[in-house]
Amino acid sequence: MSAARGLTANAVKTGDALPELAVDVTATTVVLGALASRDWRPMHHDKDFAVNRNGTRDIFLNTPNQAAWFERYITDWTGPTGRLGRMKFRMKDSVFPGDRMVFCGSVKGVGTDDVGCSWVDLDVEVRVEDKTMTQCEVRVALPENEGDNPWRRKGSDWRP
Amino acid sequence: MSDLPSEVLGWIDEKRYLEEGEFDVERGYVFNTCAAVQNGNPLFWDEKVAQELTGGWIAPPTMLSAWFRPHYWAPGRTREVQPLQVHFDLKATLELPEAVMTDNTLILGEPVRPGDRLRTWQVLRSVSEPKTTKLGRGRFWVIDVEYENQRGESVGKESYTGFGYRRDAQ
Repeated sequence: MSAARGLTANAVKTGDALPELAVDVTATTVVLGALASRDWRPMHHDKDFAVNRNGTRDIFLNTPNQAAWFERYITDWTGPTGRLGRMKFRMKDSVFPGDRMVFCGSVKGVGTDDVGCSWVDLDVEVRVEDKTMTQCEVRVALPENEGDNPWRRKGSDWRP
Repeated sequence: MSDLPSEVLGWIDEKRYLEEGEFDVERGYVFNTCAAVQNGNPLFWDEKVAQELTGGWIAPPTMLSAWFRPHYWAPGRTREVQPLQVHFDLKATLELPEAVMTDNTLILGEPVRPGDRLRTWQVLRSVSEPKTTKLGRGRFWVIDVEYENQRGESVGKESYTGFGYRRDAQ
């Protein structure tokens, strides 16, 4: 087995829980994420603008950076052979500096498509205290076994 | 939807803002993104792993939109250039000064690799009736964004739901 390998689909079952990930959000977290995603809009770096124009209590995590956090959370679990196919998230409230965001998730389903690709469907969310800030549905391809690699799939063999 | 300006109605299902990224996909932004979220996935840090699994370096799949966000400033530019221009067109035309994104869907295709030069376009799918939320009164809209590489392969699609609004005091 290569050192690069990760989770295989045959080791996953519906109802499995993903390990939680807790992150203390600072202004730097928000600004780093915004600038890394090339999002220059002021509500992600200028508190005065966020408060007085957007009506929020502070600057807040931007959308592409939330996607990047979800990607990191999921591939921490799958390892590098996990290949994201689909991600849908709803931001119910904003994440601000001072929040401790906690990622958690569970396996909603495991299956194989018509071209033999193994898929795991996940429900994931970001919580701050007891409140769900963002809900996310994810479809990630995993190797069926240690000889498989979803990254090799192209064209009609990749059906996210 | 009948109370919408005809200009906005005409945008629905129309392919707009077909454009090429301002720069090639490059690893500097990959590192910035990984650092911002503490992503230690060896695909982005370990060339041996990248070579073995993905045939070389790739970018994190969720970075799609980053490759199209315009530079904050560029020589000779006389007006602000916005990333999701249809969103800003709606804000301006519907006179809704503020906006937030509420939903985002990504469907990921071929991996994006350093050196790729991507193309994109935007399609407005729908605009809601006026709604009132805790932020203010406005409308929700759905915009699809498609991305392809220089070989015409789809590298992904995104769908954004935005809420453009006017605060009570505005």
